[in-house]
Amino acid sequence: MAEINRDEVAHLARLAHIDMTDDELGRMAGELAVIVDSIRSISEVAGDDVPATSHPIPLSNVFRDDVVGQTLTNEEALLGAPDDADGRFRVPAILDGE
Amino acid sequence: MTDLIHLSADALAQKLASKEVSAVEVTRAHLDRIGAVDGAINAFLHVNTDEALLVAAGVDRARADDEALHPLAGVPIAVKDLIVTRGQPTTAGSRMLEGWQSPYDATVVRKLRAARMPILGKTNLDEFAMGSSTEHSAYGPTRNPWDLDRIPGGSGGGSAAAVAAFEAPLALGTDTGGSIRQPGAVTGTVGVKPTYGGVSRYGAIAMASSLDQIGPVSRTVLDSALLHEVIGGHDPQDSTSLTDPVGALVEAARRGEVEGMRIGVIRELQGEGYQAGVLARFHESLDLLRSAGAEIVEVSCPNFRYALGAYYLIMPSEASSNLAKYDGVRFGLRVVPDGAPTIERVMGATRAAGFGDEVKRRIILGTYALSAGYYDAYYGSAQQVRTLIQRDFAAAFEQADVLISPTAPTTAFRLGEKLGDPLAMYLNDVATIPANLAGVPGLSLPGGLADEDGLPVGVQLLAPARQDARLYRVGAVLEALLEETWGGPLLARAPHIEETTEVGSR
Repeated sequence: MAEINRDEVAHLARLAHIDMTDDELGRMAGELAVIVDSIRSISEVAGDDVPATSHPIPLSNVFRDDVVGQTLTNEEALLGAPDDADGRFRVPAILDGE
Repeated sequence: MTDLIHLSADALAQKLASKEVSAVEVTRAHLDRIGAVDGAINAFLHVNTDEALLVAAGVDRARADDEALHPLAGVPIAVKDLIVTRGQPTTAGSRMLEGWQSPYDATVVRKLRAARMPILGKTNLDEFAMGSSTEHSAYGPTRNPWDLDRIPGGSGGGSAAAVAAFEAPLALGTDTGGSIRQPGAVTGTVGVKPTYGGVSRYGAIAMASSLDQIGPVSRTVLDSALLHEVIGGHDPQDSTSLTDPVGALVEAARRGEVEGMRIGVIRELQGEGYQAGVLARFHESLDLLRSAGAEIVEVSCPNFRYALGAYYLIMPSEASSNLAKYDGVRFGLRVVPDGAPTIERVMGATRAAGFGDEVKRRIILGTYALSAGYYDAYYGSAQQVRTLIQRDFAAAFEQADVLISPTAPTTAFRLGEKLGDPLAMYLNDVATIPANLAGVPGLSLPGGLADEDGLPVGVQLLAPARQDARLYRVGAVLEALLEETWGGPLLARAPHIEETTEVGSR
């Protein structure tokens, strides 16, 4: 299994949309290497015959009745918005050069 | 009026019902206490003075008119700031949500309002409930009422400290890997993580959805049962909510019986790494239960040694996904870098500024564990370990009706002591995590003070899924036996907290 180094952390931070300074990347790589080292053995514990558990108490097909329920009003939904216009969330440009 | 704050929720409910005291008097006594000691404790991020008094006054009017009221009507409560409330800010202990107000109430909050329990305010926590010391709050650490230089546990250190410092008789917490039980242990209070799905998670800000659970925080076992019955039960708003009725928990706590019960000591949750004073108090509790007619048996859960590792793969994986929504688009912080940035750069800058170190660590770790190429080796393997841990529990519950262990391996450590060593911090939850992975309920109650430092020790009880009543049944007996040996509740021995007149400062 690959080491978790500074380049790997930089890549992961980009995927997770968190800007990190050089200092942060170095520190995070060191800390995560220790943590990953301590949990690496988990991949060798269970044999192929052990099924995975994604959920502690199995439930299947939880549906609700197909009726209109109480929902947030448009105004309520926008209450915490950093910026909005015409009843919608407003964001900066999605693509460069727009 | 100060002695009102030392009463249990059950005692307050009785005094309210008999009209010996008013709900306004009770609520004001607690608000005054918050004003007097919270400058030192920092358990509250927001104090909800006006609304709490308004609700209390409504209860008093209703009682004067002989309206039918819930038994806990007028008994005040504090709410962990991870649970959303209309009319009050919800921060999750993060800069990301500073000043944010939810447009809706969590289901548990709706139930508190229906029972007409005045909400005193919102309590401090590690940011997004990620931590074991409340030091990862963006709003400063909460301090342990037993020693202001020590941690109150985490993530729910605010709720536990509020109850331990007599600022509230009851509080709500959330428990993903021990965040209700471990703070209970180190502050000498009671905390319960219900069966997964037993209490609705609707409106609890998600960290790890398959592990998170809301539960009661109190000073007595009976009080937790009373609160558990208020908040428990099916909720169609939470698709993981169980349809089972909440059960006769209060009755179980009032009856309290261990005669003929088999109580299983978990071999793997003692010994190396556990403080001597923690083990000494734990073994005393076993002796007391034996003297009350319980059969103490030893059980082995060999896969528990992998629980911490599996947890630190599953939890960050789910958290990295759940926290993707804090991107500066729909709510919370937005940081716009100079120039004409795209939304992607806004997200990167917003998340850099809004999240603290521990949250970033877990998001990166989760992103790593879920990456292509690692997914099977890490997340997939951890889910298999989860199956093995469930099997260990199933085998143990063949031999015992409830299981018992220390709640945490040590007493409260000093503020700052483990901040630089994330792995050492994670080890605090070694005894509480298996219950979350398996979905079974757990209760922590005070087991006494450790000889070496005079600080509280917690004893943890675990029951099979859906058998939460057993925790209360056994917990009430152990609590009564221990209090008999102490000559009163453990918190009566907590040091005096100096009261100041700094009122209404926050």
